[in-house]
Amino acid sequence: MMLGWLFASPAERRLLGTSRFRGPTPWVIAIMSFSIMIIAATGLALANTAGALGEAIEARYAVVVPNGAQNLDALAQALKSAPGVTAVEAVTQGEMRRTLQRWLGPAAESADLPVPALVNFDTRHGADLRPIRQRVQAIAPAAQISAHRDRVAPLLRSMRSVQWLAFGLVLLLSGAAAAAVVLAARGALDTHRFTIEVMHGVGATDLQVTHLFQRKIALDALVGSLAGAVAGALVLLLLASGASFAGELMGGASLPPIDLLVLVLLPFTLTILATWVARMAVLAALRGTL
Amino acid sequence: MGKGSKLPAIAEFDSVGLRYGTGAEVLRDLDFRLADGGFYFLTGPSGAGKTSLLKLLYLAQRPTRGRIRLFGEELSEAAREELPPFRRRIGVVFQDFRLIRHLSAFDNVALPLRVAGATDEEVEGPVREMLAWVGLADRASARPATLSGGEQQRVAIARAVINRPQLLVADEPTGNVDADMANRLLHLFTALNRLGTTIVVATHDIGLIRATPGAQMIRLENGSVVDPTGLLRNPPPGHR
Repeated sequence: MMLGWLFASPAERRLLGTSRFRGPTPWVIAIMSFSIMIIAATGLALANTAGALGEAIEARYAVVVPNGAQNLDALAQALKSAPGVTAVEAVTQGEMRRTLQRWLGPAAESADLPVPALVNFDTRHGADLRPIRQRVQAIAPAAQISAHRDRVAPLLRSMRSVQWLAFGLVLLLSGAAAAAVVLAARGALDTHRFTIEVMHGVGATDLQVTHLFQRKIALDALVGSLAGAVAGALVLLLLASGASFAGELMGGASLPPIDLLVLVLLPFTLTILATWVARMAVLAALRGTL
Repeated sequence: MGKGSKLPAIAEFDSVGLRYGTGAEVLRDLDFRLADGGFYFLTGPSGAGKTSLLKLLYLAQRPTRGRIRLFGEELSEAAREELPPFRRRIGVVFQDFRLIRHLSAFDNVALPLRVAGATDEEVEGPVREMLAWVGLADRASARPATLSGGEQQRVAIARAVINRPQLLVADEPTGNVDADMANRLLHLFTALNRLGTTIVVATHDIGLIRATPGAQMIRLENGSVVDPTGLLRNPPPGHR
């Protein structure tokens, strides 16, 4: 049975003597698991947010007419009847001034302030912009049509960079956890060198010896990674309830079930990685003996 | 036993040499064969190479030259994955006992059986019987540190013979025990030998050799068998 090594008899468990969870391995793995959980959740949330944002603005455009407030209704009507336009949202003078008030204060209410006309509109995917532009410019020759995606592109690029950075950090931390497991396995081999020699002497195979260490490290890694993941999940919940961005993290749109499943699987993946690394490290070390 | 014997051999050494690292050879040109079911004493002064020769016999060391056949198989250059089944046919009593200190006497004795795949139920009876045989039935759960030297010796012997090895190798088994215990050990070895186990005992104890009629002797000096004919005698003239 492939996983038979996991189910040791009490006698086999006694062979390594020291009780489980005493060494540093579970703690190191717990810290790695905690960090991986936070970083992975952040990365996934960023990926989803970037995806949702990109999708939302993919076919969204803005018509801006400098000092053209008087044309607002006409522009909105022209856009609504244009081919391929699916939604139109005219930003009223009042809204524009309220928005400007955040930067200009009471001066935003001044009649001397030239307030542009702004109409946002969505198109069907692949719609031709030329007839739309002709209709708009027939009403306001100075009108400019810009794609939202062009304005948001630098932000999306930054978000995707951070997302890849998070992915890289997860790999880096997994590598660090694997390195810690290698050191732990070598330390355990040194500690139990005498037992290994006696076992080899009575005819134990490398695989029999390896299973002892593999089982111990697998259990340490499972406990450590689950503890770290639970702590990470608690921190994410706290952030979600205390900060708006974290609230977004926990929102259904940011972390769909598939992402939650990925996060749930992370500690088990880390355990499998640690177990495999421990097996390889022990087998490699034993090959140096007779 | 010399090389000319017709009896089946359990071990054959052919021009065997051994050196550790880049040092001088500690064993040189060993040519002899041990008959299956024989009783052998390995003697010689300290540093003569007795322990090294035993290590070759119980497959803890490879020769740096020459060939060793054990149980009819050439094992000098066998892959290490091939060695465990042969090691299970060899029992070893170490001078320092080599008991695992965090295991009870019971678990130490049971180790070879468990390594060979026996279940807890299969282990229970034979180990209790073996502990009773060596007079330690009431110390089964004791850790080695709580046992006397003689008791540890008996646990080590019980572990060495629990799976009825074809070859039993003992390194100075009487070095740490009193005369009475040495005598009892000898009886134990003789009884095992009568059951068909080949016994090889490294010892300085001439009394032990004299008390074992029929046993043969290999004398090592400076890493070589000193009898130039390669014959092993019981005991050689120098020890009578």
